Amino acid sequence: MNALIEARNLIKTYNGVAAVNDISFTVSPGEFFGLLGPNGAGKTTTIRMLYGFSPLSQGRLTLFGQNITTHWRAIKNRLGVCQQDNTLDPDLTVEQNLLIYAGYFLIPAAEARDRAAELLDFFALGHRKDAKVMELSGGMARRLILARALVNRPELLILDEPTTGLDPQSRHQVWEKLAALKKRGLTVLLTTHYMEEAASLCDRLMIIDHGRILVEGAPDDLISRHAGRQVIEIDGADVALRAFVAENGIEMDDLGEKVIVYTPEASDLHRVIQEKFCTERCTFRNGTLEDVFLRLTGRELRE
Amino acid sequence: MIDYRVFSLRFLKVWERNLVTYRRIWKVNFITPLLEPLLYILAFGLGFSGMIGDVKYAGLVLDYTRFMAPALIATAVMWNAFFETTYASFVRMYYQKTFDGMLATPLSLEEIILAEIVWSATKAVGAAAIMMTVLGFLGFVAFPSGLMLLPVALLGGLALGAIGMFFTGITPTIDMFNLPIFLFITPMFLFSGTFFPVSNLPVWAQPMALAFPLYHLVEMTRCFALGASDTHPLLSGLYLLLFFLVFGALALRAMRRRLIT
Repeated sequence: MNALIEARNLIKTYNGVAAVNDISFTVSPGEFFGLLGPNGAGKTTTIRMLYGFSPLSQGRLTLFGQNITTHWRAIKNRLGVCQQDNTLDPDLTVEQNLLIYAGYFLIPAAEARDRAAELLDFFALGHRKDAKVMELSGGMARRLILARALVNRPELLILDEPTTGLDPQSRHQVWEKLAALKKRGLTVLLTTHYMEEAASLCDRLMIIDHGRILVEGAPDDLISRHAGRQVIEIDGADVALRAFVAENGIEMDDLGEKVIVYTPEASDLHRVIQEKFCTERCTFRNGTLEDVFLRLTGRELRE
Repeated sequence: MIDYRVFSLRFLKVWERNLVTYRRIWKVNFITPLLEPLLYILAFGLGFSGMIGDVKYAGLVLDYTRFMAPALIATAVMWNAFFETTYASFVRMYYQKTFDGMLATPLSLEEIILAEIVWSATKAVGAAAIMMTVLGFLGFVAFPSGLMLLPVALLGGLALGAIGMFFTGITPTIDMFNLPIFLFITPMFLFSGTFFPVSNLPVWAQPMALAFPLYHLVEMTRCFALGASDTHPLLSGLYLLLFFLVFGALALRAMRRRLIT
């Protein structure tokens, strides 16, 4: 089957500075694809090119086999977009937001009403259909944005940080809905700052920084490749430990007070460190996507 | 150049969106055009006209209230259209991010902006219709020629809505609208033959008044309300159309530069 998104050498420059610098990737139908990166890495810029908001500076981008630059209208008709900002229409009620939005896709009114009812039901918003958007909680507003993005029955759903700023309950509810949509075979492209979200939802993901791709692959593969299965966090690590780690060529992050050691799978080193160096406090855990992310993009603050 | 394919009838959906939101507040908006002409007629007719006597205009000798009344419709068209595409559109664009939401759909930016301008003209027509009725009852608008005021209001609304949208495209903050209002709208409001004939202006200033879109709008409202005007309505109409096309294109360019990054 042909790729649903095919991005070749995307470049986007603002005043001579490249926000996206030569990014290529493909997304296949039915895939749940993640786009991760620190603030300012170029995630939103990439997404905006994907849904035809930002023109490309260079490169070639096709969705559904059509070029976005020339066939933007046909492409946008088949997309659902959930932007990072709340772009709900505060002058309209919950239901009107869906109906009016459906109008932009030229969906007939009767059909739009059916779809709105169905979506409000799916996102547990039916009881608030006449509420003003301003009266909704953060979680409800986000669910409504998701519902709105689905009103045209898109073949590709683009989500820019759909759970940022939500409380844990709301976040889990959104995850549940996204997982359900994934099950139905919807193709999704997601950006997020929550590694747990990316690891559990994405079939494949890509970490970008400074407008370039750092790695790409399935979450589990990335974890075993870049963090290892076993991770030991050692508080109050001493010189001896650091020497031992260096001697054996073990991957390590030195945070000063604390050292994070990434031991390879099925090796003795793990046991040795445990016996010899865990004098104070040691935490043994599995490698996570967050380890991968921090190792690749660094620990410095980005703002 | 603008690619013609960015325009389609889809823009009516954005217009419809504004209509839906307006229906919730129309009762309040109804009152201004209903009462404003009454207040002006009362103030000028009772308080003012006795002091000035008759006005010579287009070969007619008119009492002052009769002269001034049609211009009220023209200025209402101006305020309605200009305020809609400046303050109201700015709020939708900047604070509510309504345009951003729309840009994730098959709508083009050009359709959104065109719809905003057409919507502002629609509001202007609504205000003109109410005022026309009120002033008609008071005997200040001749019928059936007065019905022509509706298409005239549409044309004037498009022209003033377009220039308002152009200012929205280039103004950095909402407070900055004071500037075009002070430098453009207020002088236009005062010197477009609204409250006194342009022929009263010094000769050097008269051509400037002729450049104001409001001048031509006022001329056309007088033409259809009184049956006479200084300029030919067709020429004034063409000027307004041209003004709409030029500032419409400038507005689209400014908004594209502002929103598409």
